[in-house]
Amino acid sequence: MNQTFLDELARRQFLKASGMGLGATALGSLLPQNAVAQAKISKAKHVIFLFMAGAPSQVDLFDHKPDLENQFKQPLPESISNGQRVTAMTRGKEQLVVPTMFKFNRSGESGIWMSELLPHLQKQADRLCIVKSFNTNAINHDPAKTYFCTGSELPGKASMGSWLSYGLGAINKDLPDFIVLNSAFWTGGTRNVQGLYSRLWGSGFLPSQHQGVKFQTNGDPVLFLSNPQGVNAQVRRRMLDAAGALNQKHLDEIGDQEIATTISQQEMAFRMQASVPELTDLSSESQDVMDAYGPEVQKNGSFARNCLLARRMIERGVRFVQLFHRGWDHHSILPKQLRGQTYDVDQPSAALIEDLAARGLLEDTLIVFAGEFGRTVYGQGKLARDDYGRDHHPRCFSGWLAGGGIKGGISYGETDDFSYNVVKNPVAVRDLHATLLHQLGVDHQKLIFPFQGLDQKLTGVEPARVISEILA
Amino acid sequence: MLLLAVSSSWMPFAEGGEGKVSFNRDIRPILSDRCFHCHGPDEEDRKADLRLDVLDSDGSTLAALSPGNVAESELIRRISSKEIDVVMPPPEAHKKAFSESEIEVFENWIEQGAPYEKFWAFTPVVRPAIPDVENPEWCSNAIDYFVLRKLEENQVAPQEVADRRTLLRRLSLDLTGLPPTREEIGDFLEDESDSAYEDAVDRLLNKPQFGEHQARYWLDLVRFADTNGIHHDHYRDLSPYRQWVIQAFNEGLPYDDFVRFQIAGDLFPDATDDQLIASGFNRLHMIIDRGTMLPEESLARNVIDRVTAVGTAFMGLTVGCAVCHDHKYDPITSKDFYQLYAFFNNLDASAETGGRSGNDFKRGLQPPYIELPSAEQEKFRLEISERRAELNRQIESIKNTLKTLDAAEAGTNEDQARETQLAREEGEAELKQLEDQSKQLRAENDALDLLIPAAMVMRERQEKRPAYLMIRGAYDNLGAQVQRGTPAFLPSLKRVSDGPADRMDLATWLVAPEQPLTARVAVNRFWQQLFGVGIVRTSEDLGAQGEWPSHPDLLDYLASGFIDSGWNVRSLFKQMVMSKAYRQRSDAGPEAFKRDPDNRLIARGSRYRLDAEVIRDQFLYASGLMNAEIGGKSVKPPQPLGLWKSVALPSSYPNQFVADEGDKVYRRSVYTFWKRGMPPPQMTILNAPTREDCTARRERTNTPLQALLLMNETQCMEAARQLAIKSLEVEKEKRIAFLYETITGRVPDESEMNQLVSATEYFESFYRSNPDLAIQLNQNVANVSHESHEVAAWTMLVNTLFNLDITKTRS
Repeated sequence: MNQTFLDELARRQFLKASGMGLGATALGSLLPQNAVAQAKISKAKHVIFLFMAGAPSQVDLFDHKPDLENQFKQPLPESISNGQRVTAMTRGKEQLVVPTMFKFNRSGESGIWMSELLPHLQKQADRLCIVKSFNTNAINHDPAKTYFCTGSELPGKASMGSWLSYGLGAINKDLPDFIVLNSAFWTGGTRNVQGLYSRLWGSGFLPSQHQGVKFQTNGDPVLFLSNPQGVNAQVRRRMLDAAGALNQKHLDEIGDQEIATTISQQEMAFRMQASVPELTDLSSESQDVMDAYGPEVQKNGSFARNCLLARRMIERGVRFVQLFHRGWDHHSILPKQLRGQTYDVDQPSAALIEDLAARGLLEDTLIVFAGEFGRTVYGQGKLARDDYGRDHHPRCFSGWLAGGGIKGGISYGETDDFSYNVVKNPVAVRDLHATLLHQLGVDHQKLIFPFQGLDQKLTGVEPARVISEILA
Repeated sequence: MLLLAVSSSWMPFAEGGEGKVSFNRDIRPILSDRCFHCHGPDEEDRKADLRLDVLDSDGSTLAALSPGNVAESELIRRISSKEIDVVMPPPEAHKKAFSESEIEVFENWIEQGAPYEKFWAFTPVVRPAIPDVENPEWCSNAIDYFVLRKLEENQVAPQEVADRRTLLRRLSLDLTGLPPTREEIGDFLEDESDSAYEDAVDRLLNKPQFGEHQARYWLDLVRFADTNGIHHDHYRDLSPYRQWVIQAFNEGLPYDDFVRFQIAGDLFPDATDDQLIASGFNRLHMIIDRGTMLPEESLARNVIDRVTAVGTAFMGLTVGCAVCHDHKYDPITSKDFYQLYAFFNNLDASAETGGRSGNDFKRGLQPPYIELPSAEQEKFRLEISERRAELNRQIESIKNTLKTLDAAEAGTNEDQARETQLAREEGEAELKQLEDQSKQLRAENDALDLLIPAAMVMRERQEKRPAYLMIRGAYDNLGAQVQRGTPAFLPSLKRVSDGPADRMDLATWLVAPEQPLTARVAVNRFWQQLFGVGIVRTSEDLGAQGEWPSHPDLLDYLASGFIDSGWNVRSLFKQMVMSKAYRQRSDAGPEAFKRDPDNRLIARGSRYRLDAEVIRDQFLYASGLMNAEIGGKSVKPPQPLGLWKSVALPSSYPNQFVADEGDKVYRRSVYTFWKRGMPPPQMTILNAPTREDCTARRERTNTPLQALLLMNETQCMEAARQLAIKSLEVEKEKRIAFLYETITGRVPDESEMNQLVSATEYFESFYRSNPDLAIQLNQNVANVSHESHEVAAWTMLVNTLFNLDITKTRS
């Protein structure tokens, strides 16, 4: 048993002693798992999840189908659509194929196909594992995002990051172990922007200290971090000394260890007042690094700046960083808006990979890039070669993984000629969850929490598998 | 005794009768956890045709064992085997193996003849006898006999009664969610009568804040919120329902009516407004706006959400598990679920919210709803309609005149034509003016509509919508049609009305005396509010996977008494807070907290952190800032900028948070606007749920983000400043004691006083030498007649006291 495990043990006993709702059952079931988890060599320590909320089009970005060129405005064969559910927007309408207007190139030594909209990521191709066979059940944003982030379409379950926080604990005790960064704007415009919900990074039934801490673009990055105007660190220190002395006295008189927890959490709050501003202060970053992330890095709340912040968080030991970039819901004028969206994410996410690699952190850090589902090969709205839209498509969609013990320069899974159905190596969202946990040294079958009479798991009740074929 | 302490690790205390194994307490939970998944109620997943949750087919014993004969019991062979192919649960099930002590419990049970018991929570409530105790003098009412009996069995002595200051603070916070004032404390300390405590109980139970505080728990349970929760997460207004809940507690509405009004209020003959408003319970679920999901899917989701809420709130069962398959642990089949579904799928309304145009959207209403205008509004509305009628008459009359003029125009001479022309121009001008007035009135009418409160209600469609099994929960994969009905393992549904069974039958069934769950579930939750943990800890689940009750007989005693009292909530509360068990002191020393962290034995007074709302309300109340108005629409106290914008759809209504102004921002937290996609952080950081699903109990964590909130949040600081200024009216030597008592209910002892004096001196000298900082800290205070360094220093002292553990804790 190593030190981490002992820390973990101490932490759990402390949680129990402090009455945080971790029953003895949970305690009993979790300890061996951590032992197992720790005994197994984990490939990664951190995750950066780049969540493209709204669902980017795999047809226009990753899933190369050159033969569709001849199919413009041809009806999608019924043998392909095969009774698939559609949304309220396209129900009862003709399904006419619209090929992508964008060129695809072979990239890197591996020669994997990627759209011309991703020139920077093309240069990272040999580090990417492109998965073309993601699939999900949900066809509407809200349940699909909830499913992707928590393993269930219905609210109330725990999110990916909170599971890891619960199962593995913190590395840096002066920072939250699960941080969420939402882009504040999108070059693709506001027309295709869907809502987010705090449940996407919530802790559900897990104790709430495991929920994601959403950093704010304006004001305090962590809510209520700054002292009020007129209170400096010196006054705050004196106030905490007084409160601490009284709390300690009350602890001695009453005997409730919860008071000791209060004291230590107040001290951690005080340390965070220094560690969080240090984290978000970019003045120590070199010009070269700033430039690599592209011009948008100068703007607060940009995806580019959030990528750079994510790297700084990983450096400081944050376990799980989740970026949300909205604006991918391209039901119409897809080409124009997709150009804007890829402008936002292409260069920064490529820079993030490069930057982590340069610092020797990429091997410890698993990066995932995905949306909640894909988009239909058939068009929606105006149907021109250079102006079209696409509807929601859950049966197949693409994303990529990099670092963290994942093979680079490969693409995994195949779809049919219409990028409509998975024909080889399907990857369900729960398989991605299982793989992610596996890379962090956690068996998805064993990371459980009893709630509402069930042993809850991130991967849910249906069988999930680790996608061993993509592991390095 | 040792044996049992080992066996039931989740309930490490002895139960009556040394070494006697109880099936329900000791055996069933383990079977449920390790075996029921494959050998339980769900037919589909059942392995080897073996079922362990009920007696075997001849009804004499459990399958796979031989009573009195361990050696011949297959069960024991399987659970204790070391062979991978033999051992149960099998390794691939990823279930915990049986420990040696667990196997020993099973062996003892079989040796004792393997007596079986039906699952406790599904058997009728029977009032148990009050147990004998060695020390009856300690007991002040029946509750105490049950509690003391268990303490005696565990050889633990109860704590003595808490001091009066602690007691009054505990009682006030528990019953009204507000701390006692210094005057109330003084009166209570001086009251030497025997009935001083009971009088305080009665006084607090009859305060209107009692209803507000109780309603808050209920609103978590039924996921009350101010937005729809899905997709656009638009505004909606169900505030009359909240007001009704508050009023129901305050007016002492019996709990059975409380249940019946909510489930079936609309079905009472000549239903009252209150009954209709209460039926809004059925409208509290999340609901999507039109245009993305298919309406049939939305309908299914709404109904499933509604039925799941009935399960959690009234039955304490996780019926939602049976949406996709038979329940794994409780005998609820998928068919049972869809039979319940059939009661609730007939709402006479769209399954999705309407478009953005019109007043309904702005008012946050989705038909059907009833309007609740005040007398004044009613009068105003009538006036407008009369004026409109009058205007219309005038408009018609002018139009007719103009028509006559047109007809008269032919064959007239020039003079006459000019006159006609003049008359026409005059008439047209007047017409325009009248029409403008009419437009203006219409606008006034719309503006008035926006102000009139309205309550969304339940209403049945004329034609009953059929219900079907949904295969694996899929709305588009329907199985056989089902009829309205209740689960077979519970008492049968009795019809109170003619025609097909309806929600009124269901509501009546839920509160029938033979119904085993409703009273137990309610009593357990009320107990949880007062003791921090329910008698059944899993208050959302009294089923097989729920925890065994710490005091099963006490729960049944209280439940049967609750029914016999006519479901009287106030008298149940009174009974609980009058007990000696409730009044014990909580400062029991580190050993006691270590031995029993959650106080499951009730060997001391419970001590736990207050809920978010109570902490905030306490600050507002103590500082004198609180606006005590009751009822009305939700309000928006300030929150950090940009939170809604960072998650909301740009076209969401409203998409940006705008704080209210004036004293609305100081209303009690039960009225705080709740956006499900991004609830107020002051609440969620302190464990308030998102109100997206039903929550029967909140967890209590202790985190650095909470520390930051209480140190720095705007209203916490505002309250600190306000209270500091108030304290400057008190002479300086008494000021610290004044503040300490106002905030904690206690008086500082010498060492506390020394700490606080020294801190205050520091703050004073600091702000004297940093006047700019003092001015910044005092920001929003106008016309302060005190020196700014003084205001600043005492503000920091209050800030210190607000951050004491004892301030955020009920002890």
